Amino acid sequence: MKVLIMGCGRVGAQLAGLLDAESYKVTVLDISASSFRRLEHTFGGTALVGNGIDEEMLRRAGIEETDIFVALTQGDNRNVMAAQIAKHIFKVPRVICRIYDPLRQELYDTLGLEAFSPTTIFAQLVKEKIES
Amino acid sequence: MYIIIIGGGRVGYYLGKALLDEGHEILIIEKNAAFCNIITEEMGSVCICGDGCEAATLEEVGTGRADMLVAVTGDDEDNLVACQVAKYKFKVPRTIARIRNPQNEHIFKTLGIDVTVSATNIILEVIEKEVPTHPLTHLLTLSDKDMEIVEVRIPPKAVTIGKSIKDLSIPAGSKLALIIPKDHNPHLPTPRTILREGDQIVVLTTPETEKNLRTALTGI
Repeated sequence: MKVLIMGCGRVGAQLAGLLDAESYKVTVLDISASSFRRLEHTFGGTALVGNGIDEEMLRRAGIEETDIFVALTQGDNRNVMAAQIAKHIFKVPRVICRIYDPLRQELYDTLGLEAFSPTTIFAQLVKEKIES
Repeated sequence: MYIIIIGGGRVGYYLGKALLDEGHEILIIEKNAAFCNIITEEMGSVCICGDGCEAATLEEVGTGRADMLVAVTGDDEDNLVACQVAKYKFKVPRTIARIRNPQNEHIFKTLGIDVTVSATNIILEVIEKEVPTHPLTHLLTLSDKDMEIVEVRIPPKAVTIGKSIKDLSIPAGSKLALIIPKDHNPHLPTPRTILREGDQIVVLTTPETEKNLRTALTGI
């Protein structure tokens, strides 16, 4: 299985490491090379510098052969745009997208994007901790 | 018309002014408070400070009754999301997005944005028109039909000079509409019309066959 992760922040880097360890073929894309310091030394995948909302760059990152695309940059709108390019232009079979803003997450969820809001999830989690 | 403008930078500022002068009701949504103050001082209360991609902000300004939303921030992704939220959540009938990367034109179209404006493409079109050696000029795009009207000028020494139209391999889907010779009156092309240097030929074509059309008519 080939996975393309856009955004090598804490979550992106950790996810890349986890999937790499389970024999997925992982490519990580980030606009800044310094982000790759977060990858573990044992990471065996590919790290590429580039803009994930650029169609040409995505093609060079191998999106046409990718099975799973995950958008994890800090920008909700960047994630939304990249995820939609992956889904509607390149027809990637599985596209997952992080959207911090719960309202935007709801909207894109109804538009058919598999979108998660860490804001909602974490608030819910903390609430459950308090109540337990 | 009630027109909402996302982004109060230079483009948004002058666009807002022009639309106000034309008598439209406008509202500019701008993130930067300093820009908002300038706009409010100069144009009155037509600007609110906020994020135009947020449904809550758009709700507040009555996007549901807007006739049009124009997103002209400097970031393509922000313009895309503002237009999509307006279109899919608030059912705004017409959304227009500014794009910086001309490649995004077809992506935005696929994702439901009605119109995109790319400064790069506009400047390119002007150059095409202003540089007389360029053999193919775009005159009009019929975007809903995916067709366009172009003008092809027969350059000196073109291999097609002296040939009749029936001997050229004009691509299917391209229709020659009019020939404007250098010193004669315009006439409708027939299969036997012979091409001459300096002829301007007006053609209905598609963006995909444009290159083949140019080659068929000019050999270039």
